[in-house]
Amino acid sequence: MTEALDLSLYAKPAGNGTLGMELAVEGIACGACIARIEGAVKNLPGVTEARLNYTNRRLHVAWADGAVKPSQILQVLEDSGYHGHPFVPLRAEREEAAEARWLTRCLAVAGFAAMNIMLLSVSVWSGNVTDITPETRDFFHWASALIALPAAAYAGRPFFTSAWGALTAHALNMDVPISLGVILALGMSLVETANHAEHAYFDSAIMLLFFLLVGRALDHAMRRKTRAVAGNLAALRADTAHRFSGDELVSVPVAALKAGDRLLVKPGERVPADAIVLGGASEIDESLITGETARRKVTSAATIYAGSLNYSGALTVKVTAAGGAALIDEIEKLLDKAASAKSRAMRLADRASRIYAPVVHLTAALTLAGWLLAGASLHDAVVTAIAVLIITCPCALALAIPAVQVVASGALFRANIILNAGDAIERLVDVDTVVFDKTGTLTLPEPRVVNAAALDPELLQLAARLALSSHHPLAVALSREVRLRVPFDGAVEEPGRGVRAHIDGVEARLGSAEFCSLAQASAHTPLIPALAAIQSQTPEIPAFAGTSGTRTDPGISTICFRHGSRSAVVAITQTLRPDAVEVAKSLRERGLDLRILSGDRDAAVAPIARALGIEHWQSGLKPAEKIARIEEWKTYGHRVLMVGDGLNDAPSLAAAHVSLSPISAADVTQAQADAVFLGERLKPVLDALVIAHSARALMTQNLWLAAIYNGIAVPIAIAGAVTPLIAALAMSGSSLLVTLNALRAGGRRP
Amino acid sequence: MNVLVYLVPMALGLGLIGLFAFLWALRSGQYGDVDGAALRVLSDDDLET
Repeated sequence: MTEALDLSLYAKPAGNGTLGMELAVEGIACGACIARIEGAVKNLPGVTEARLNYTNRRLHVAWADGAVKPSQILQVLEDSGYHGHPFVPLRAEREEAAEARWLTRCLAVAGFAAMNIMLLSVSVWSGNVTDITPETRDFFHWASALIALPAAAYAGRPFFTSAWGALTAHALNMDVPISLGVILALGMSLVETANHAEHAYFDSAIMLLFFLLVGRALDHAMRRKTRAVAGNLAALRADTAHRFSGDELVSVPVAALKAGDRLLVKPGERVPADAIVLGGASEIDESLITGETARRKVTSAATIYAGSLNYSGALTVKVTAAGGAALIDEIEKLLDKAASAKSRAMRLADRASRIYAPVVHLTAALTLAGWLLAGASLHDAVVTAIAVLIITCPCALALAIPAVQVVASGALFRANIILNAGDAIERLVDVDTVVFDKTGTLTLPEPRVVNAAALDPELLQLAARLALSSHHPLAVALSREVRLRVPFDGAVEEPGRGVRAHIDGVEARLGSAEFCSLAQASAHTPLIPALAAIQSQTPEIPAFAGTSGTRTDPGISTICFRHGSRSAVVAITQTLRPDAVEVAKSLRERGLDLRILSGDRDAAVAPIARALGIEHWQSGLKPAEKIARIEEWKTYGHRVLMVGDGLNDAPSLAAAHVSLSPISAADVTQAQADAVFLGERLKPVLDALVIAHSARALMTQNLWLAAIYNGIAVPIAIAGAVTPLIAALAMSGSSLLVTLNALRAGGRRP
Repeated sequence: MNVLVYLVPMALGLGLIGLFAFLWALRSGQYGDVDGAALRVLSDDDLET
């Protein structure tokens, strides 16, 4: 049965009777893909526009309403060898794009003004020591003013609005001294120009804005880049659900589900929304929600949660809470509490500006008073005091931290870590305790075959190839072992039992022991020694529950294969991430205290803790208990890094000092995490800490560099010896110095 | 030195033309896909095949 695919949710009116849709495209490898994709989509009748953005791997398509169905566009992409995933652009992303364009416009204006004013200023500086006439100097100063004033009014807005926002909230941020410095420099220069003075500081004010805007624009660009990647990954993960419309099944995106919809959940699929079972019986795996790896049997009237994996039978369900609203009440309450109670660590930059701004303003005031007492004229005293403010305008200081952040988040991005929160880098440095969830975090999110070494390789390959024809999660796990990804012809799946096919004229069956005509006892006999052997080598496999050997641990599943007279029993279970042991060791070597908080059973957690050498572990914890543990450690002064993926981890992620989540985590959980890491390795956790530490060291260095600069420049300014030339040299010199130093954050490969 | 009276405004005017050209390019989305633009020049989609 081919099921209609309804993607009307994603098609948005784009004017002139056309509809538009955004797709994240997977599989783009080279420049030729641009022409191939756009050509293929444009060939569809009715498509008016197809434009691929190669930078962020997104395709925009527009078509005359009614001419094509969105699903046809997906099919065309599929036929050309790409996967398209429609998505609705987030409002936040659009707002950020608009802000980025605004920053770039400000940057362009500031750059233009800085170049032209510098041209005039250099003429004045060289003229002042040779033979410039006062008239020519005045002309150059007025020309500078003509450029500087409108340019500062335009390009300074990002700083002025932020400073005003801080002042109205009775706070100080770095933008307050910046804005003050710029405005005073411009005002004083204007007055001095009117008085035919020798010095004007238009160039200093505009150069300052230009440097700061460069830093801000780069910071913004990096955040947008990571957000675009995160958005694409979210689109890739968005699933479809099978909704009954009358008696017919229609595939709809999960985001289009509403409470009350009737759905069919097939074996091997994730439950798309919180729902009540109407018909059918199955086993579901709720490890993403509770961390428990043993499966739960569900029948009519059972409540199931979004994110659980349906194992054996098809279920008809009614949606109770749709889409993003799908969340277990208890977790939602905990989450609200944890998020609001989270004491936001004060950012380094804010701390620096809180000390810096008052000191600077006090120094300027003292300079004014000092010169007046020393008998200088009011004009000279004011000019000197303002020169102090200009020279201390925290250009280098304002760049010191953001510049490192930009470079470090680029380094994190290359290490497969996507930052959600900009200040996470600073908080990662404080960490002394790392708390892991088990299921899906220390272990791989999908189960793997564990006794491959004990099986006949040829038989395993046959079984794995046959498994390609089944959607059962165990078969999917088995099919990961296959080398030749070609399913057997004529393979038939018998739902809930297994799959069979004729291979070389002999019938092969894959499924339950009964389905493969293997007696229950004989099915386990070859397995038990095999498993015992694996256990001795890889301690992560949970021990058998019970000593009789007739029952295996619920964490281990078996799937049987029979080909003619030969048979095999394949054991499948959660396995550790491939590098978990080394990463745990390296983390310990860095002096970190490792702990496990799991919602799973003792028997499942203990062997993993043992394999990783983690002494502190607790199992069977409810979300509230996980938070309680973290809060308890916090009261002892520990700074906790929480790494978790389950829905049950979301509140603890919010409660921890800083948090990481694998990309396979539940949506709610990812939203809480400070950073998300990709891939099936655990190494990004270590990389994040290493990069954060080197970034923090550079931030401190930069703050010192800025302090040294001020230490040298301020006495000169107080003495009244600062000329615009010295100001320009000192300010741009220190800005370049901290920026170049920040670049080192990306150079060292972790 | 009278030459400066029209040379400086002329230089400014030329600079302004450059600035507006950049702002126009920005507005028309030419910086929206910098990686793609580098590759699009290489494609032969204007040739009859």
